[in-house]
Amino acid sequence: MSDAQNARIQTPLARVRGLGSARDGTAHFWQIRVTAIAALLLTPIFLAVLVTLVGADHATVKRIVGHPAIAVALLLILGATLQHMRLGMQVIIEDYVHSEGNKVVLLMLNTFFTVLVGAACAFAVLKLSLGA
Amino acid sequence: MAQAKTLTKAQRPRPLSPHLQIYRPLVNMMMSIIHRITGCALYFGTLLLAWWLIAAAAGPDQFAIAQAFLGSPLGLLILLGYTWAFMHHLLGGIRHLIWDTGRGFALPTVDALCWLTLVLSLALTAAIWVGAWYLKGAL
Repeated sequence: MSDAQNARIQTPLARVRGLGSARDGTAHFWQIRVTAIAALLLTPIFLAVLVTLVGADHATVKRIVGHPAIAVALLLILGATLQHMRLGMQVIIEDYVHSEGNKVVLLMLNTFFTVLVGAACAFAVLKLSLGA
Repeated sequence: MAQAKTLTKAQRPRPLSPHLQIYRPLVNMMMSIIHRITGCALYFGTLLLAWWLIAAAAGPDQFAIAQAFLGSPLGLLILLGYTWAFMHHLLGGIRHLIWDTGRGFALPTVDALCWLTLVLSLALTAAIWVGAWYLKGAL
């Protein structure tokens, strides 16, 4: 009874305020777009590098991936792509996992996975570029 | 009076929307679903890229193992799927960016953009592989 009365007295904004859903959706949406466009612009370089390195020997891979411009491009691609896929997987988890506990754990694993892949890939690129 | 009406409404079972299997598959919904599936595949596919880069960083022996696997029939099949998933997700993304500007929502345009996603993804995949083979001198 009191709920029904409250519902009429409160404005629609007052009823959703503080529930969380309206807080960071726009930033999420925007970040997906920014990272998508960044990845899109860098994709030709990424593809060119990979196609060049099909079946290449180790020395060639080290020389090409280790080239300063290519190493920087690869690091940028990794950054944009991994952030993009972290955000995308977050949406998938939020869409399909309704139990609060599982959802929180999976969202955390999603971040761990992307950061781990990113750190490992970045380390490898830097080692090929700077290492002996 | 208004209150009594609200209560009756609340007691009624909530309407359920029909689920996916009710609908005839349409190209836009199929491309939407595939966009999500390819995104998911690419997500886990980064492990392959990570392995390849780490193997290269680890040295010639480790790298030879990675190259041998990627050059095997199974490796090539995975890479072919990876290429197509990448191109499909990329083109689907461009489609979404077009829609983000508020353009392309007329139904024939929607269908055309979706078919274009599928056709171009296959064409780009073929172009990349033919290009790679050509560069290797295998064609």
